Amino acid sequence: MTEFKKVIEDTAFNLLKLAVVRLPSDIKDALNRAYKEETSEAGRVQLEAILKDIELAEKEDTPLCQDTGIIIFYVKAGAKAKDLDTIETALQNATRRATEEIPLRPNAVDPFTQKNSGDNTGRHIPYINWEITNSDYVEITAFPKGGGSENVCTIGMITPGEGVNGLKKFVIDAIIKAGAMPCPPTIVGIAAGGGSDISMKLAKASLLRPLNEPNPSPDLDKLEKELYDAANSTGIGPMGLGGKFTVLGVRIDYAHRHPASYPVAVAFQCWAARRATARIHPDGTVEYLTHKVR
Amino acid sequence: MAVYRLKTPMSEEAVRKLKVNDVLYVTGTIVTARDQAHKRALEYYKSGKELPVKLEGLAVFHCGPIVKKEGDKWVAVAAGPTTSTRMDQFEDEFIKAFKVRVVIGKGGMGKRTADAMQKYGAVYGAFTGGAGVLAAKAIKNVKTVEWLQDLGMPEAFWVFEVEDFGPLSIAIDSHGNNLYEDVKKKAEEQRMKIYEKLSK
Repeated sequence: MTEFKKVIEDTAFNLLKLAVVRLPSDIKDALNRAYKEETSEAGRVQLEAILKDIELAEKEDTPLCQDTGIIIFYVKAGAKAKDLDTIETALQNATRRATEEIPLRPNAVDPFTQKNSGDNTGRHIPYINWEITNSDYVEITAFPKGGGSENVCTIGMITPGEGVNGLKKFVIDAIIKAGAMPCPPTIVGIAAGGGSDISMKLAKASLLRPLNEPNPSPDLDKLEKELYDAANSTGIGPMGLGGKFTVLGVRIDYAHRHPASYPVAVAFQCWAARRATARIHPDGTVEYLTHKVR
Repeated sequence: MAVYRLKTPMSEEAVRKLKVNDVLYVTGTIVTARDQAHKRALEYYKSGKELPVKLEGLAVFHCGPIVKKEGDKWVAVAAGPTTSTRMDQFEDEFIKAFKVRVVIGKGGMGKRTADAMQKYGAVYGAFTGGAGVLAAKAIKNVKTVEWLQDLGMPEAFWVFEVEDFGPLSIAIDSHGNNLYEDVKKKAEEQRMKIYEKLSK
């Protein structure tokens, strides 16, 4: 194995482990705030259990949720980085190792034979979202995506005539319909335009933006806040048992659309919003961006 | 909101005292069953085959755990609940056939199950979705496992010995109350107001 491949594999393994064991601080802060501000009794019981679970997982060095997700990676591949052809295999190896050693729950099932591969790999899984960047480093994000929140993701083709108002309604309908299913308080990722596939890809990727990082567009930032308030006035609350905190955050992205189409994708992320990112520099040094690593 | 601590086997009388919004901690034996295990347990019941454990007075947990083998013993690593609605199609029969007293899961269940809970005396306890380690900490012993070979780790029928397993928010009681239905109804009432506010 080349040196680089080994670094990628080890880093990806570490990222999977960090992701499933320790939530990033922006998520923990948001959950702590929700616990402080939640007024519903049942909601507070749930949030308290969530905070205890997060603490226990860190202490015990074990996955905080048994659904360690389907494994997704986002890779920013610097065009000037070397050995990019080794990344895919390295990520697959890291996934197998993580499944065995952490352990992760084997979650890769053939949709036709219903056979579980047993090691979280399979056709197109782990899925890798590639992006070529103008740099000399490789940035990898591990994004283990849970099934409960995935099952309520939805995409709609609203009419361009309905416009942004139609988008808002579609999002609120999706949140009400999802109810308790996606393990609220959730993060809701929304994307408009592009096309059916593009909007969902953008919606999902938007879940990676930290909760303390505003939308780069002031208008969309305002819309995020408006939809955040609207979502939290549904009363669905933590785990759908009623309360103020249905969502921890709303993220919005977009692509330009075809004049005739207005796709709106809504992706949900459970409170266990697991993600971990690291940058691997050409000299082999690894910089972890989402977690403090000793 | 009252806090209850019950030991298995739980009596019908004991669970009938529980009301929505109460908090329950269970000590004793609980079994995991997801879609496939529900189906198979009911097939066993119909054909008169014995399950590895008598379910009367126990809790059934909608859960696909992560378990690992340490020596010759299984240890629960993370064991939070899975979405319960998928089991709605089995649960009324399951409650009737096996007389389980507590159904543990997340996301709630529908009228069919709630009706069976009212009729036969059972409750639905919501365990915090995702809180897999919190659940695993309360699992003191993995007594046995059935159907692991063909159903796999998440779908197998795990028998756990638990201590103060919870908190379980009682979300459906045996008196016809369903917290999820209340929340849904309120959200429905909010919908038009939210639309109006957003279109300004």
